[in-house]
Amino acid sequence: MKVFGYQLPGMSSLILWGVLWEIAGRLEITFFLPPLSAIFATLLEIGTTKVFLKALADTGYAFFFGAFSAIAIGIPVGILMGKSRLLDELLLPWVNMFLSAPLTALVPVLMVLFGFGMQAIIITTALFAIWIIVLNSRAGVMQINRSLVEMARSFGASQKDAFLKVYFWAALPEILGGVRIGFIRAVKGVIIGQLLISIVGFGALFELYSSNFLMKHFWAVLIVLFTIAFAIAEFLAHLERKVEYYAARR
Amino acid sequence: MSDKRGDSDHAVTVRNVYKNYGDVEALQDLSLDFPRGQLTSLLGPSGCGKTTLLKIIAGLLPATSGEVTVNDQPVTGPGPDRAFVFQDFALLPWANVLRNVAFGLELRGVSRSERESIAEKYIADVGLTGFENSYPHELSGGMRQRVGLARALSVDSQVLLMDEPFSAVDEQTRRKFQEDLLNLVKHENKTFIFVTHSIEEAVYVSDQVAILLPRPSRVSEVIRPEGFRHKDVNSIRRDPEYLDIVDRIWSSLRTYVE
Repeated sequence: MKVFGYQLPGMSSLILWGVLWEIAGRLEITFFLPPLSAIFATLLEIGTTKVFLKALADTGYAFFFGAFSAIAIGIPVGILMGKSRLLDELLLPWVNMFLSAPLTALVPVLMVLFGFGMQAIIITTALFAIWIIVLNSRAGVMQINRSLVEMARSFGASQKDAFLKVYFWAALPEILGGVRIGFIRAVKGVIIGQLLISIVGFGALFELYSSNFLMKHFWAVLIVLFTIAFAIAEFLAHLERKVEYYAARR
Repeated sequence: MSDKRGDSDHAVTVRNVYKNYGDVEALQDLSLDFPRGQLTSLLGPSGCGKTTLLKIIAGLLPATSGEVTVNDQPVTGPGPDRAFVFQDFALLPWANVLRNVAFGLELRGVSRSERESIAEKYIADVGLTGFENSYPHELSGGMRQRVGLARALSVDSQVLLMDEPFSAVDEQTRRKFQEDLLNLVKHENKTFIFVTHSIEEAVYVSDQVAILLPRPSRVSEVIRPEGFRHKDVNSIRRDPEYLDIVDRIWSSLRTYVE
């Protein structure tokens, strides 16, 4: 963006909001909003503690297992739904239902089914992420150019080859879009899981800091979480842009 | 196996083929022979089922009834004896020219080094040397169709099915393509089936023009332009027989054009 003829660097708005935050914090409007500089100071202070690193590891573990199982299951299921009318009719109502369902309300059921441990948290994370991945993969496959499908058939492609060499790649821009949104939802899922199922990881830190009104600590953890989620989303958006050049040309 | 080419002079025969889409009769009792080593055009107004017929021959669509044979073998699905050239090229946008041209061979399980050396040869044949590592979106429409053509040639099928291959390229490129196609028919010992809605194009490139009329589709006439076939490509468009045939086809088709 250009302001008064100057090219602003990317994410300039963050700097603006950061400054506003700092001012609001120093005016001591509310205990809820400590100055941003104090939050970063706290972050440096707790960032190297064992408790924090353990929480980061726990959350990261649950997040990656949850998100990757959502991808590993979601993409093939979505592709199959896009290719098979029967499967689509069978599964689509469920996918749509779970996509809009308040999954948080389901977490107690998951606890009954899978216990109070890591397993239930991973499943919660996966459940948050998977539905949009399924839907996007399905949409990606459904808009594949008909003649690409016919091309694969006419040159005698096996089912496996058609999937791995044509359908997957042709649907890739949509699939990546789904994975990106799925990852962002997985961040939500893992924290909700850690808050509700067993108080571990970042969920435990949030619980601890907010119930003790340690707002600087609370915000510090939130900023770490935001940064990680933002970095992942940006990385995936970067991959998306790399394949975008052919998205319009299929 | 020893006599894969079949005995008859016809590489492809279509016998009493019907094709219905629900209640709509797309093809009605259609029979047609395609002489080996020659180019046959399917010509007709849009909606006359010429692409439907081509896809039935390709094995991409099943006929409702009737029989299609390729080298005396009944068609039940796509097979290595036929290769398809698509109207919209159907290239893999994420693969470069080399991989696109070799893709038919890749699907047939030919080893990488072998298929790439075959592809290189056909890339050179269609005049795309130097573009092996380009991607389809970097090429013009005409060049993309050359890639599609090279892919179809590289699998070395005896029958080449072309679905309005030049309709998405500009007029100058189209004329060049038509000349190249004549050379191809002369030098490659293949049978070409060529769908077009351009009368001039059909007469210019074909050994045999089958005129299809719509609703429901049937072959109304088969014309064999013979007098100018061995003349120089540059004088065909001035040949009296060429002009007569173009005129004759137009007068039989004009009633079907609104």
